[in-house]
Amino acid sequence: MSTIEERVKKIVCEQLGVKEEEVSNESSFVEDLGADSLDTVELVMALEEEFETEIPDEEAEKITTVQEAIDYVVAHQ
Amino acid sequence: MGMQQEIAGLAGKVALVTGASRGIGQAIALRLGAAGATVIGTATSEKGAEAISGVLAEHGIAGAGMQLDVTDADSVSRVLKDVAEKFGAPLILVNNAGITKDNILMRMKDEEWEGVINTNLTSIFRMSKAAMRAMTKARWGRIINISSVVGSMGNAGQSNYAAAKAGLEGFTRSLARELGSRGITVNAVAPGFIDTDMTKGLPDEHRQNLLDQVPLGRLGQPEEIAGVVAFLAGDEGAYVTGETLHVNGGMYMG
Repeated sequence: MSTIEERVKKIVCEQLGVKEEEVSNESSFVEDLGADSLDTVELVMALEEEFETEIPDEEAEKITTVQEAIDYVVAHQ
Repeated sequence: MGMQQEIAGLAGKVALVTGASRGIGQAIALRLGAAGATVIGTATSEKGAEAISGVLAEHGIAGAGMQLDVTDADSVSRVLKDVAEKFGAPLILVNNAGITKDNILMRMKDEEWEGVINTNLTSIFRMSKAAMRAMTKARWGRIINISSVVGSMGNAGQSNYAAAKAGLEGFTRSLARELGSRGITVNAVAPGFIDTDMTKGLPDEHRQNLLDQVPLGRLGQPEEIAGVVAFLAGDEGAYVTGETLHVNGGMYMG
């Protein structure tokens, strides 16, 4: 079983079409990984599916980096 | 339903058509069904939904009628969920449901204005937003909004309806830009005067005045709108997006 961090990073790679080595915990989806606004929405959708949770829009907007995504998932397990 | 009615790209896709009880909406539902799509047609009442189920079955079309209030966000999310569970998520959305509450502006009541804006325009925001998720995931989708020639020409006594339809066309262009990268097209079809219940109520003299403005000299048939919608929904219309297609016998040439 992969850790939450690994699962989040895997989804980020798949959704944004970036390589694993490009993704660090501090990576910003938009600034570092080249996501546009629609990409970030789809990323949140993918996270919701992977972790079987619903992320409200106002929370989703605060998730801008890999670490923030990990933190959100950990806090809502 | 011969082979000639099939359209590449529609077989097995789920199409959701709002306001499918009669007129243009019913013709669209039947045309998409004949082209191979599974069709969910919606009506505001349970009875209307049952009638749609009956019409679809009569024509050998897979799908069902469902009750939907396009002005109610809960109803919208309930129906989208229901459709996804029973038939698969709709990748073709036809926003057709609409009402008129005509009045000259001097006499127009707030509820006449708001009712038309809510049912004809805000509903499209609600429906599109709810249906978009599955389309972005599939990297394929069609949103087709039914407008009216009145949105371009204006019509005395229909400032609310014309505002909603012109708004719909601007919405269509913006959403087409937002979703283009995901293989989703968003278009509007703007009928002129079509032979439906909505135009049957017109007084004879008014009707003749209208016909005098139509180069083709006749009302359009609902099927003539449905064919254009089917074209946009299928593979052949894949490179058209953000467009308003006018289907009006020449009464307005954009």
